[in-house]
Order: sequence, then C-alpha cells, then structure tokens
Amino acid sequence: MQNRITTYLNSLGNKKLLIPFFTAGFPSLKYTYEYIKAAESAGADFVEIGIPFSDPLADGPEIQFSSKTALDKNLKLKDIWKLVEKVRKHSDIPLLFMNYVNPLIAVGEEKFITKTAEVGIDGLIIPDLPVEESATMQLIADKVGLSMTFLVSPTSTEKRIQMIDKATTGFVYAVTVAGVTGANKKFSNSTDDYLHTLRKELNHKFVAGFGVSSSKDAKRLTKYSDGVVIGSKLIQIIREAKTEKSSVLKIEKFLKDIRKTLS
Amino acid sequence: MANKRPDKKGRFGEYGGRYVPETVIYALDELTACYQSARKDTKFQKEFNGFLKDFVGRPSPFYFAERFTKHLGGPQIYFKREDCNHTGAHKINNTVGQILLAKRMNKKRIIAETGAGQHGLATATVCARFGFKCIIYMGEEDVVRQRANVEKIRLLGAEVVPVLSGSKTLEDATSEALRDWVTNIKNTFYIIGSVVGPHPYPMIVKDFQSVIGKETKKESQKRFGNAPDVLVAAVGGGSNAIGMFDAFIDNPKVKLIGVEAAGLGLNTKMHAAPLTKGKPGVLHGSYSYLVYDEDGQVMLPHSISAGLDYPGIGPEHSFLKDSKRVKYHSVTDKQALNAFRLVSKLEGIIPALETSHALAYVIKAKKEFRKNQHIVICFSGRGDKDMDIILQSDK
Repeated sequence: MQNRITTYLNSLGNKKLLIPFFTAGFPSLKYTYEYIKAAESAGADFVEIGIPFSDPLADGPEIQFSSKTALDKNLKLKDIWKLVEKVRKHSDIPLLFMNYVNPLIAVGEEKFITKTAEVGIDGLIIPDLPVEESATMQLIADKVGLSMTFLVSPTSTEKRIQMIDKATTGFVYAVTVAGVTGANKKFSNSTDDYLHTLRKELNHKFVAGFGVSSSKDAKRLTKYSDGVVIGSKLIQIIREAKTEKSSVLKIEKFLKDIRKTLS
Repeated sequence: MANKRPDKKGRFGEYGGRYVPETVIYALDELTACYQSARKDTKFQKEFNGFLKDFVGRPSPFYFAERFTKHLGGPQIYFKREDCNHTGAHKINNTVGQILLAKRMNKKRIIAETGAGQHGLATATVCARFGFKCIIYMGEEDVVRQRANVEKIRLLGAEVVPVLSGSKTLEDATSEALRDWVTNIKNTFYIIGSVVGPHPYPMIVKDFQSVIGKETKKESQKRFGNAPDVLVAAVGGGSNAIGMFDAFIDNPKVKLIGVEAAGLGLNTKMHAAPLTKGKPGVLHGSYSYLVYDEDGQVMLPHSISAGLDYPGIGPEHSFLKDSKRVKYHSVTDKQALNAFRLVSKLEGIIPALETSHALAYVIKAKKEFRKNQHIVICFSGRGDKDMDIILQSDK
C-alpha cells in the first residue's frame, strides 16, 4: 500500500514520530483546524483526529469531556470531513481518524471508509475493533489505500502481537499501560520491558500512546518505540488556557518542546 | 435440547462478537477457557446447583394467577416466580454462577454495573457471601430512583460509585464498569448482569439463567401435561427472557414473546425499544440492535423501569428477532404502571416495573389468546424497589 503514511514511514530513518491527537469539534471545528496547523508548524509528523462518540469506553475523563462538548454543539460527521478537505488545501501532513466502530456501521463501512479516504485521510485507528473482527473493513481500507493501525496492549499474547503485526498496514499503536486514555500515567520498568519486547517482535514501526504527558515521558517511551501519541494532555492544555486563541500558542509551544527532545 | 449458539467466535448468526479494546481480549480469553472447563466439571455444577437451591431458594414457584386469569377472561395465566428468589429477582441466578467462576480464576476484586439496582444487589450479595471486594457502578439518576437498593448494597459491604456521564443511567454505568475493567484487568472480575457485552458473556449469562426455562418446562408438564402455549418476558438487556426461552427454543409449538419498553411512546424519542425502533450497531462490546442517529451516536433511552432503560439489547435477541423465532412487542410506561397496580390488587403480588411490562402486554393482547391456552409470564422480580417511582407517579 502506498499513501502519505507509508511513504513517510519508508523514509523515516531514525527519526521519532510525534503524533498529536485532537478531538474534532473541541472546543470548535475552527480551533481543531488551528491546532492541526500549529501542530504541523511545531514539527508533528502525523495528526490524529478523534471522531467524538457518545459512548467512548476506551477513553478517560479528558477525551470523554471533549467528545461530549463537541456532540453537545451538534457536531456532525459531514462537518469533520469538510474540515479535512480544508486542511488538505494547504497541507500534506499524514492524517488519521480515531473513531469507534458504531459511527462506521451507521454510515456503512464502504461509504465511511471510501469518503474518509476521498477527503484526504490516510489511516484509521479504531479502539474497539480487535483484529479478529476487522476483516471486512480491512478489505475496503486496502482498496481505497487507507492504512489500518491496530492497537497492542501489555496484555496481548505473543500470538496476538504477531496477528496484529500481520494485519497492520502502516504502523502499530502500543497502549503503554492497561487502561483508558488519560494524562499523567505512571510508567515503570515493566513499561520499558514491554516496549522492548515489541521492538523485537514487531516488523512494523510502532508508536506508544495513552498517558504521554511530557518531554520526559516522550524520551523514555521512544527508547524502544518509534514515536509517541499525545492526546489527553493536549485537551488538558486547551481546557486550562485562558482563551481559545491562547490555547493555540500553548499547544504549539508544548509540541515544539517535545519535538526538541525527540529529534 | 439447548441450542448450539453462539458459535466459536461468539456469534449468534451475525450478532455478538467482541468489539472491545485489545487489553480486554486477554481477560475474555481467560474467562472463556475457565468457563469451558467449569461447564464440564461436575463438581462446579454441583456447587452451583447447591447454591441455587439453598442460597437462592430454587426451584422458584410456578403459580397459577387465578384472579388475573378470571379478570382477563381469556387464557390460563401462570407466573414463574423469580421474584421469590433471594434478593427479589432473577439476577441472582447469574451472580451465583459468575462469583464461582471468579473464585475459580482466583480474582480478588469484583465490579458490576446496575440499572434498577437488582443486579448490583445480587452482586453485592454474592460478594458478601464469598468474601470479595465489590464495586458497583450505577448511574446517578438510578441512584436516586432506586434508593432502597443502594442502601442495601452498601449494607452488604459494597461500594456504590454514582456515574455522572451521559444519561446517568445503565448505559453509562456499563461504560464506566468497562473502563474500570480495562484499568484493573489482571485482578478484577467483571460480573455482567445481562446477556449483553462481548463474548463469552451473552453465553455464560444465558447458561446461568437457563434454569428458569428448565424448571418451567418440568413444572408445566406436571401441571397441564404439556409445554406452555405461550411464554412472555420483559426485555431490557434480555437475560430473564433468554433464561426462560432457551429450553423451548427448539419446540416450535411454544410461542415466545419479548416485551420492550416503549417509554412515552414509540412515536417519541423517549423509549428503550431497540428491537422495534433500532438498527444493528455496536455498543458495549457486541453487535446487536441499538438505537442511534445517522452519525452512529447512541440515543438516550427512556423507560420508567430502570432495568429496561438501555438503548441496546443482547445479541441473541437480535438473532431471534431476525429469525422470527421470538416476536417482540412493546408497552408504554403508562400501560406498565396500570398493570403494576392491577396485578398487585388481584394477586397480592407486587411486580417489579420490568415485570409489569410483560404483564401489560398480556393485558393489551388478551384477545389474541384462546381460553384453553396456557401462558407463562416470567415474573422477573418484585416491586418493592419501585415504590418511590410509584408514589411519584401518583402525584
């Protein structure tokens, strides 16, 4: 498969990936657009766009809050697709959707995936879709050139890690610790050991996510992984900023600092 | 006799499966393996049946509702009295089974979700009996409207965690319990209260509840020399209905009827009737009928009965609907309340609001039955817990 993600990964070399996550429509689509621009200028490699869902069972309080805020403002999928088209007018940064299964089923798997690829998304991450339930979606995604990123977890067996590696088209997402998304998780020696094991067992590049909150975390986790995803921490920064406008600058600065540690 | 569903992947036809974060798969595999061995282990089965007899109080009575029968002037109506079980509902059949699995797996901590509080109560009860730490997730709205059960759960030594997200009812309590489970996956056993969730739960809960149908089969043979003509049960997640129906699924002469909550009416958005008004979708780990909008956002359900106030349904019910083996109907809050009052006065038995939905359907559809037919209603629980709601509805 060739798309923006795979092309980028093929020429990555030793560079570590910085992947920020923003919930679409939080606090508004206008600002989601601004955050994506800020992230790109801060040196992010890819951007993950979260599709808000009414029952985000893999998410902790921050992403729950951002999703609810967006949905309360009546955010629609068609508006998120439009946002992506707007970003694509000036940017070629690889973009991924992070969405739960049900919106995909509601729209229709074929229609959702095709439209998502059409507007300029390069990959999908579906937190409640384990690899054994993914065959249909995988076929459609392959056809339209969308990468599928599957998650591995500290509880994944060796056999499952191999299954996931085989099904992945793009990169693997390693959940750092068993749990839901959320800032400020405690990483231990066992986190390092687990990432080290993945390094040996995975053929694909893999990034670490869930709980990454600082440059220190990013440095530690990329000792064995190929990059980090940062989500809940960014939502925290947005919530704590005095104005929406200042939140854009804060996001850019935060990501720049991480970028420095990673490059 | 018992059917072969689900298949190895946990599918009932196309429904079911495992739509959960990767972290949970390990625990589901572990549970599946443990259950497969327990299922064949006569010692386990003996222990389970022993607790059903001496702790739960089974077999539950099979009661001829003479005055209700006369009042309707139609078919012969029997109640399968799950309200007589310890803790007052069918829920305990399943929690006894699952706590024995938790013990077998050497887990230390139990979590559960609850709507009406009956499953929370049944879980707290077995946790007290077996000495487990127990945490119950309950929507804040339900904490208020099912106050009596909350107090009982606390008395039994369990912690009740009010859930503040979404509609503050069963849907959110279930999401929160799942989040706890993902976080504490190694030491925690999640006792799911209905035939919902990822495989193997719909299968395990069905098996533990199937005692309802088995007893009904035996007793109806004794009383009227035949299987019942019609079985009626309320469906929220659907465990009392599946438990009742399973022994009769392969006997096409027995009509099976499930009753959903129509809330304020099916033409409003305030209902909890996924089989009547929903489409297949994914919530809480399985593919099944669900009420959601064009973007896949799950709609807030409504029912006066906290136990039926859920936007989804167990996957086997979706299969039984499509295959037309079970017919699903619905009744409104108001019809259920009327049935609640009527049956209390006629039979001296106060039904749960969930059960009242099944009763209300029989009242509504009485003309469709013949006089010589035998109808068995799954009397899933007692109504003591609903007194606050009833008093409120009087105002």
